[in-house]
Amino acid sequence: MSFYDTYLKYKNFDFKNFFNSVTENKIKYILSKERINRLDFLSLLSEKASGFLEDMALKSHKLTISNFGKVILLFIPIYISDYCSNSCLYCGFSAKNKIQRRHLNYDQIETEAKKIAETGIKHILLLTGDAPKIATVDYIKNSVKILKKYFSGIGIEIYALTQNEYNILIQEGVDSLSIYQETYNEKLYAKLHPAGHKKDYHFRLNAPESACMAKIRSVNIGALLGLDEWQKDAFFTGLHADYLQNKYMDAEVSISLPRIRPHAGDFKISHQITDKTFVQIMTAIRIFMPRAGITVSTREAPEFRNNIIKLGVTKMSAGSSASVGGYALHNNDTKQFDISDTRSVKKMEEAITKLNYQPVFKDWQTL
Amino acid sequence: MEDILEIGGEKLNCRLFIGTGKYPSDKLIPKIITASGAQVITVALRRVDFSAITQNVMQFIPKNIRLLPNTSGARNFEEAVRIARLAKAAGCGNWIKIEVIPDNKRLLPDGHQTVKATEILAKEGFVVMPYINPDLIIAKQLVSAGAASVMPLGAPIGTNLGLKTKEMIKILIEEIPLPIIVDAGIGKPSDACEAMELGAAGCLVNTAIAASNNPVLMAESFGKAVIAGRKAYLAGFATKQKAAKASSPLTGFLYEEK
Repeated sequence: MSFYDTYLKYKNFDFKNFFNSVTENKIKYILSKERINRLDFLSLLSEKASGFLEDMALKSHKLTISNFGKVILLFIPIYISDYCSNSCLYCGFSAKNKIQRRHLNYDQIETEAKKIAETGIKHILLLTGDAPKIATVDYIKNSVKILKKYFSGIGIEIYALTQNEYNILIQEGVDSLSIYQETYNEKLYAKLHPAGHKKDYHFRLNAPESACMAKIRSVNIGALLGLDEWQKDAFFTGLHADYLQNKYMDAEVSISLPRIRPHAGDFKISHQITDKTFVQIMTAIRIFMPRAGITVSTREAPEFRNNIIKLGVTKMSAGSSASVGGYALHNNDTKQFDISDTRSVKKMEEAITKLNYQPVFKDWQTL
Repeated sequence: MEDILEIGGEKLNCRLFIGTGKYPSDKLIPKIITASGAQVITVALRRVDFSAITQNVMQFIPKNIRLLPNTSGARNFEEAVRIARLAKAAGCGNWIKIEVIPDNKRLLPDGHQTVKATEILAKEGFVVMPYINPDLIIAKQLVSAGAASVMPLGAPIGTNLGLKTKEMIKILIEEIPLPIIVDAGIGKPSDACEAMELGAAGCLVNTAIAASNNPVLMAESFGKAVIAGRKAYLAGFATKQKAAKASSPLTGFLYEEK
């Protein structure tokens, strides 16, 4: 059994017909329930539900406060290598893009880590491109060893690994994994990932589960919103998170909501995600999974990020650079994507405090 | 009349215990302490940053309050034991609230692992306050393991549902010779008051205060509710009667004149 079995159940589901059958009364009833089921969740992603955004937001706000409080956990990404053997059509790091590639050595990683630590943030997310022969598991493991000196929570957002490889990194101190399926649509996935290690849909799909089996503390999954019809990818993301939460009760499951951003290359975004849609997805996920973390990155604009703090988000990146060596070495020329919220950690802290929320710098420590 | 709650050799006048999580700002904590009158405050060790260059929860906890570090984040007894020892080594004292929660969806505790952790830590001289489902058998095992109190949940953490496990808590109060401190689920001051009326030795309240629109005012209200409930318990209730007794339909024949 893997999540693929759940995916297959809904793969040929008649979404259109289902959405047409959703009524206003149905939405009102769902919003009055204490816990909602899968199809209730899907109903909240319907056109009909978009007329209930305020009600959804209120419910999401309440659930988030009672489960997490008025707090936002801050984290910061560190890109250590952008070599990539994939050619994902939508990504700035694609092997097809002729860009200056960088791969930090351990001294450089330490320099970057020191600089980042000055912000006071204790949760770091280590990122690499998908080049297992260059950014090897061993290289990542040694990098984690360095980051441990400066940070109490260490996440990775790298290529998919085996359970055994995850175990190696967890033993070294990694406590969370972020890995995105990008799209759950198997056919579209094949088209968007024509080459490289990432081409294997199943290996990618099972990666979060492999990490859970290796006893990772926290997994963060998501789809790159805008690749496929958002209703479907948002729905499958929710089902995937629910599947992991039910099967691996001790793991903390979170969902990221990345909207596709401009980057190097000429990929055309086929499904625009408006702010309204983003809010609909986020609040629907919160209502479906009251205990799930919800992560929003600096891909989103400052004002929008301020506005959604009360709507269900629990983790935010701040002061981010999406390029290798972007903190101390000042190489900001090649980015994975364009950052929209360029505020410093200090500014972010102020913005959160102003909303009467608490910015949290440390929420975890591998003990 | 003096009414003291004694735990781990410490004499407490206030039976409301409070938490430090979920506040919009840690700056509220001293005000919450004053308003509620609480003398014990719990803090998740995993959140404490002893080397912080930013604001940190510990800065806002006054020295004269009893710190009750908790093992939030522990998934098994080994992790709980490790956190407890770290807390002690970091200067947080020898009180420890054991939370072993292998369930991130409902945040329900693992009684079996909690007993194991309690056994080890009590032997090491910790004042152990374990958080459990109100399960009599687990509670009895905790007594043998050397717990200083038992902290049953009223409802799952953060739900504010109130005393959903009331009947089970009543059994613990009757059967367990340790202070029963109701932890988790208390949503309103009246819930805390009810727990105290039942004979609970105290209540721990976090979310209901922290997530209120006015946490300081809510803290004061909880402080008073706990006092009210305790006093009612000490006073003893007049017996309940559904209806006035008119005649004796069942035993009347005994008194009939023949």
